[in-house]
Amino acid sequence: MESNLIMYEDEFRRIDDELKRLYHQANAKVLFLIDKNGQLIASAGDTHDIDTTALASLTAGNIAATGGMARLLGEKEFSVLFHEGDKDNIHISLVGQRVILVVIFDQRSSLGLVRLRVRKSTETLAKIFDEITQKADKDRSEGRLDESPFAEISDEDIDNLFR
Amino acid sequence: MSFINYSSREINCKIVYYGPGLCGKTTNLQFVYKRTKPDQKGKLISLATETERTLFFDFLPLALGDIKGFRVRFHLYTVPGQVFYAASRKLILKGVDGVVFVADSQIERMEANIESLEDLKINLAEQGYELEKLPYTIQYNKRDLPYVAPAKEMDSLLNPTRVPSFEGVAVTGVGVFETLKSVAKQVLFELKKHY
Repeated sequence: MESNLIMYEDEFRRIDDELKRLYHQANAKVLFLIDKNGQLIASAGDTHDIDTTALASLTAGNIAATGGMARLLGEKEFSVLFHEGDKDNIHISLVGQRVILVVIFDQRSSLGLVRLRVRKSTETLAKIFDEITQKADKDRSEGRLDESPFAEISDEDIDNLFR
Repeated sequence: MSFINYSSREINCKIVYYGPGLCGKTTNLQFVYKRTKPDQKGKLISLATETERTLFFDFLPLALGDIKGFRVRFHLYTVPGQVFYAASRKLILKGVDGVVFVADSQIERMEANIESLEDLKINLAEQGYELEKLPYTIQYNKRDLPYVAPAKEMDSLLNPTRVPSFEGVAVTGVGVFETLKSVAKQVLFELKKHY
């Protein structure tokens, strides 16, 4: 069972910077970073017209289904998916074990360019996520999660959500 | 596995509705969708067959409000109930924070309920979870139909550990929010325990 993913300001900024760099270098339209469970972590580019929450969930479903197919065939996973459309294309790839990188691009870029740039960024991003995991493990083992918003959560807080 | 983002001050939790085919999992989500304010919900995504049977999953993102300055988001998923979609069901349980088991109260569906509950336990175990340790609520749905089993009897059949259970009529919304609130509460208190 995986532990929870906890993201702090510092790591978030580094991820954001790397996504922005990839966005420019790959000439992409939009980039997303999604947790394998379907939760959006970060994005770059114009996400205005896109339902990012739904896209994140469907992408994770897609990766999960493809992973299931891989295991049936004796593969560990298929680490890259590519969907070609009339105008836009989607390149989906895995970053480490728990994160999915989605690149949406059109004719201003190419599959080759996207693949090349994604490969480079994946290394950088994987390193950041490794650090996030290590940091969370360390904080947990030392009982040092001082900023926790949940320490004093009450019945009333939860009731308020459902009012 | 919840996702806590200190940067955007958000917390995301995944709740999965499980149960036998046609027990009303999708109907639960549809009612929640119908009764939630537009600014609190995203699109209800249904990956279904032409006959409206769930093929892969339904998905409904909810952002009901803030707790201690953090926006709390619940991602509600249903699994396909039909027996032969076993492989898909397993995938959807990945990273689950809380489970709702929707049982069909009709006497003739009791066997299917038991089978589905077993299937849930097996699939959870494969991912390293134990149902007993997860936030978990049961809903006895379809109470409006004739020939339903008494809730007490269903408790003894399906709820040996006596987790919170609610009687429901998902089509009209009876018990739907009570069920969701119950599991949501357990999920958030679980976070309190660990963080």
